[in-house]
Amino acid sequence: MIDVVAVGLICIGIGFFAAGSIGLLRLPDLHSRLHALTKADNLGLGLVALGIALVTGSLVIALKLILIWLLVLAASAASANLIARHALDRREQP
Amino acid sequence: MNALLWMLLDLLLAAMLLGLGWAAVATRDLKRGVALFIAFGLLLALAWARLRAPDLALAEAAIGAGIAGALLLAALRSEPQGGQPAAVPSRVFLLTLNLFSVLLAVTVAWALLSALAMGDSVRLAQPVTEHLSQSGVSNPVTAVLLNFRAYDTLLELAVILSAVLGVLALGPARPGYRLPGPVLYGLIRWLVPLLIVTGGYLLWVGAHAPGGAFQAGATLAAAAVLLRLGGVDGAGLPAAVVSRWLLAAGLLAFLAVGLLVTAFGYGFVQYPPDLAAGLILVIESAATLSIAVALALAYIGGWPSRRAQSGSLHTHTTEGGTH
Repeated sequence: MIDVVAVGLICIGIGFFAAGSIGLLRLPDLHSRLHALTKADNLGLGLVALGIALVTGSLVIALKLILIWLLVLAASAASANLIARHALDRREQP
Repeated sequence: MNALLWMLLDLLLAAMLLGLGWAAVATRDLKRGVALFIAFGLLLALAWARLRAPDLALAEAAIGAGIAGALLLAALRSEPQGGQPAAVPSRVFLLTLNLFSVLLAVTVAWALLSALAMGDSVRLAQPVTEHLSQSGVSNPVTAVLLNFRAYDTLLELAVILSAVLGVLALGPARPGYRLPGPVLYGLIRWLVPLLIVTGGYLLWVGAHAPGGAFQAGATLAAAAVLLRLGGVDGAGLPAAVVSRWLLAAGLLAFLAVGLLVTAFGYGFVQYPPDLAAGLILVIESAATLSIAVALALAYIGGWPSRRAQSGSLHTHTTEGGTH
C-alpha cells in the first residue's frame, strides 16, 4: 500500500517537473519562465522527496530528505528573486 | 530488469556528460561555457556516486562544480560586458590539440583495458583494507589520503598554498559586490551558519564515512563566497595576520607532525598506530582551515581591504541603510 502511494507521489512529482521544464522552454519571457520553473519544480521535488521518504521507511532519512527539500526551496526562491530583480533593474535603466 | 534500468541510466548519464563537455568547450560565449561547465561538474558528481565513490562525488560537487564555477564566474565578472567571445584557434593549434586528444583517448582506453584484463591479481584496495585497522581511521579513503599516502596529500597542500600565493602576488582584490536585497540577505543569514556546521560535520565524519578536509574546506569556502556575494568585502575572513597563519596552518601542522614522529624512531609521516587517529584529526583540522582560507582568497582575488575585514554582515547592512 505504502509503495503504491509512494510511486503515485513520485509520478505526480515527475509530472510537475515535466510541466516546469516545458514552461521553461515554451513560455515567452523571463518572468513567466521563472514563474513556471520555481513553482512547478519546487512542488515536484517536494512530492518526489516525500515519495522516496515513504519507500525508505527510515525516519532519519525521511527527515534528511525534507531538509534537502527545504534547502532547495530557500535557494531557488532566493535565486528566482535575484534573477527577476536583475531583469527589472536592466529594464529600468536601458 | 533492474540491472537493465540502471544500465540505461548510466548510459544516459555518460551520454549527457559527453554532450555537456562538448558543448562547454564548443560554445564561443564564455558565460554559457561556464554555466555548462558547472552543469557538467554536477553530473560528474552523480557519475562518481554511481561508481560508489561518494568521497569523490562530494569533492567534485563542492570543488569541481561549486568553487571552480564561482572562480570562473568571478573571473568573467572583471571582463567588460561579461567577457569577449572566445578566440577562434588557428588550424595548426586545432590539429595539434586533436592529435593529443586522440593519443590521450588511446592511452586511457589502454589503461582501462589492461585494468580489466588484470583479473583477480593483487590490487591496491586489498592491502589497504588489510592494514585499515592500523591507520587510526575506518574510512579507507581518509586512511589512504592521510596515512598510507600522506606524502601526496602533504604536497597537494603545498601546491594549493603556492597557487594562492600566486593569486595574492597578482595585486589587490577586485572590488566587492553591492549590498544584497532582503531576500538574499535572509538566505545568507540562514545558510552561512548551516554551512559552517556542515563543514565541521564533514571534517569529523571523514574518519569513518565519506568526508574529510577537502570537502569541509570547500564547504567553509562556500560560506565565504556567499558572504562576499552578500556585500561583505572581507568574506568573513579574520584579520590578515591571522589569515596568513591559517593559510599556512595545514602545511605547517602536516610538516610538524611528520617531523615530530621521526624523533621517536618512526619514518617521516609514519604515525605510531596508537596515536594515528589523533594526529590525523590535528592535520585534517588545520588542513580544513587552510583550504577554506585559500579558496576564499582565490575567490576574492587578493587580500581584501583593511576596512572591509572588520565589517560583518550585520554592520554592513546597517551602514547601508534599510531594506
